[in-house]
Amino acid sequence: MQYFKPQTAAEAADILAKSAGKARILAGGTDLLVQLKSGMIEPEMIVDIKHLDGMHDITQENGGYRIGAAVPGIKLGQHKGVVALWPGVVEACELIGSTQVQGRCTMVGNLCNGSPAADSVPAMVAANAVVRITGPEGTRDCPAFDIPTSPGKISLMPGEFITSVYLPARPKHASDAYLRFIPRTEMDIAVASAGVNLELAEDGTIRAARVVLGAVGPKVMLVEDAASAIIGSKLDDAAIDALTAACRAAASPIDDKRGTVEFRTQVVGVLAKRAAHIAMQRAGDQT
Amino acid sequence: MKKIHVSTTVNGDEIEFICPPGETLLDALRDRVGLKGAKEGCGTGDCGACTVEMNGEIVCSCLVLGAEAEGAKIKTVEGMTTGDRLHTLQQVFIDHAALQCGICTPGILVAAETLLERNPDPSETEIRYWLAGNLCRCTGYDKIIRAVQIAAAEMRGA
Repeated sequence: MQYFKPQTAAEAADILAKSAGKARILAGGTDLLVQLKSGMIEPEMIVDIKHLDGMHDITQENGGYRIGAAVPGIKLGQHKGVVALWPGVVEACELIGSTQVQGRCTMVGNLCNGSPAADSVPAMVAANAVVRITGPEGTRDCPAFDIPTSPGKISLMPGEFITSVYLPARPKHASDAYLRFIPRTEMDIAVASAGVNLELAEDGTIRAARVVLGAVGPKVMLVEDAASAIIGSKLDDAAIDALTAACRAAASPIDDKRGTVEFRTQVVGVLAKRAAHIAMQRAGDQT
Repeated sequence: MKKIHVSTTVNGDEIEFICPPGETLLDALRDRVGLKGAKEGCGTGDCGACTVEMNGEIVCSCLVLGAEAEGAKIKTVEGMTTGDRLHTLQQVFIDHAALQCGICTPGILVAAETLLERNPDPSETEIRYWLAGNLCRCTGYDKIIRAVQIAAAEMRGA
């Protein structure tokens, strides 16, 4: 195995394309090194992209924020601007691992690991996050939602890698929230999770919504029926009941050691309901 | 397998080592630099026994490649003492018996130091969350949390 530190994104894409799937990308390494040491993967080359331009930057762009692929969770949480604009995305990213893992783990890594239970992914999808991809054909943008395809699988083409994720601008009186269920208080993998992103109209009713579920299907799930259940409402009981029912109807989880189908289906509705209330509260609190 | 030459700073000293590309920072620190403070517990980033500070943030050195230390600033438990004088946290851990077997202690000390640098007066909840990635199978944590609180109070008074 070789360790390679490219100087430009184009050089990284070139090496990745030539390696025909035998190379792995290293940014935070909190998934890669575990897979490497367990023998799950045996790459011929590790391509460390941390030192490329912009990888550690958080920059304002058209009222939103572009976050470099190597920005670790702890730095995202220290950025007041991102915390104020997208609190749900930040709280989701901060749930990944321990303080030590936060010192290294990245949202892009969380996305590209392809886990259906990844914490930052439902929040990013709820936020309409768009990733920027560099590859042999140049640069392209893609919704975060389209990156994971099934457990451990992603849609990137050979030679492609993600260089940043963009969290868009949002109007006033808009906010988001993310909740997950784990059987303890820290350091665990979501049994079920929900991210909700809301925009309020002048009269305080919900004008736009995105409701996204994690760990209840082979990939992150955007539930449009749940969003339409609450659009036009102020989260009255009937709207909340319809949201909860839509989430439970959409969920198609598996039984495993962390939770049963029945439990996950039940809990994901509760999480979506609570996340919606938190997002509503946050959106209303904005001045 | 081509070995890699790494120049880095550990506890303020500029050092160099040569390691294979797949070697972890933990193994490089222990076996090449000779600093045995950081321990290998799980090797998968769950237990925190290998905690070191890297460029100002704590990391599990078992989940960092030695090669990634190039140009970085690393601090280990060995860097907490000033000459022969123990850090307040170290002294309080001894005085209040906040350890039994001691395997987890270096990682906890490094993690607690970074917490107190940012937050000189953390609540019990804040300490428990900050140290959630440092597992201890002996003490039941209570003495560890209390020791961090006592050290924090001493450091605020100092």
